[in-house]
Amino acid sequence: MKKETWKELTIGTINLDAGNSVKNLTGTWRSGKKPQFIEEKCIQCFFCWLYCPHSAILVEGDEVKGINYDYCTGCGMCSVECPPKEKAIIMVKEEAKLAEGDAE
Amino acid sequence: MAKLKDLAAMEDRLVAGHGMCLGCGIPLIFRIVLRATEDPLIIANATGCLEVCTTIFPRTSWNVTWIHSAFENAASTIAGVESMYKALKNKGRIPEDKKIKFLGVGGDGGTYDIGLQALSGAMERGHDIVYVCYDNNAYANTGGQRSSATPLGASATTSPEGTQSPGKLQRKKDLTKILVAHNIPYVAQASPNRWQDLYKKAQKAFETEGPAFLNVLCFCPTEWKYDESQGIRLAQTALDTCVWPLYEVENGKYKINYIPKEKKPVLEWIKPQGRFRHLFKEENAWVLEEYQKQVDEDWEELNKLAKL
Repeated sequence: MKKETWKELTIGTINLDAGNSVKNLTGTWRSGKKPQFIEEKCIQCFFCWLYCPHSAILVEGDEVKGINYDYCTGCGMCSVECPPKEKAIIMVKEEAKLAEGDAE
Repeated sequence: MAKLKDLAAMEDRLVAGHGMCLGCGIPLIFRIVLRATEDPLIIANATGCLEVCTTIFPRTSWNVTWIHSAFENAASTIAGVESMYKALKNKGRIPEDKKIKFLGVGGDGGTYDIGLQALSGAMERGHDIVYVCYDNNAYANTGGQRSSATPLGASATTSPEGTQSPGKLQRKKDLTKILVAHNIPYVAQASPNRWQDLYKKAQKAFETEGPAFLNVLCFCPTEWKYDESQGIRLAQTALDTCVWPLYEVENGKYKINYIPKEKKPVLEWIKPQGRFRHLFKEENAWVLEEYQKQVDEDWEELNKLAKL
């Protein structure tokens, strides 16, 4: 990312590009474990969406469809709070990692 | 009653890519609070975890008008914005039917300690604002110094446990009570694990004419030192042990929103947290007893107030 100087910055460094932090891929923080979504066991309770600190639950239409690994930090709260007896989100080992943390 | 499905379909006002810790409680709180009103929103944010993590220059996680404030003046900032809005309405420069909501936000450091004077002033002047405090019991953003919201016996970097000290020696300040003493229309205490309760309270706060205050418990894996996947469970324990009772005070009338089926000992709340680990040493047993006594007293008093 190119650093801007005072010539390009807005006065008072006001940020007019609302919500541009989506370019920070927090998924690179994950170390060792990641959640895995098992669609057929999902009861669509939306608790994972509610309790995900990094907004990493993919919702399409009115259904939970999976996990956005670009942002998932692997805290495991979704898996702990998943209510069915046979959980629809389980934590699995992860070895491969994203190389870059910036979408630009 | 709102369904999570419908809330999920609403636009995110706090988007992904912020730098908050694994298992942080703050985004969960604001996921609900920011959905409790559909009107345009202006937010003044005191320095703290939320402010620092969501606006790492040159990016921002906010999809609404957001003003950075210093530690001490988030309440003054938002009160000023609200006054401006009223003035412009009087002059006819904002249409009569245009509704904007005003939200002040701060952590326990910016609310219990440094911002208390500004908050008290804004509440007393009766601005039509909502102030939400996320209480994570410490200055978590700067490395976990003690705040006046840190509970008795907790180890913090400026009240460390050791041979000469059992952690923080003073009891937690009861800010909610201080706000009740301002005789404002709406004051409530909430927790992110009871999302319907939090949502209802946030809705009430936004609908209230005049100042409203929400004090929300916010678990913090970094400073409380527990397994980061257990945050919601831990918040439930805080409710079940009555360490953090859920109640609201509407025009002076107390109402308890959650009464545990069986009040659990404070020990269950203390056990999973590393910041209390030293309390299990023999010489610190008195702290546990004292903590339990204080919680019991507060719970009894609250029950009395709710029956009035």
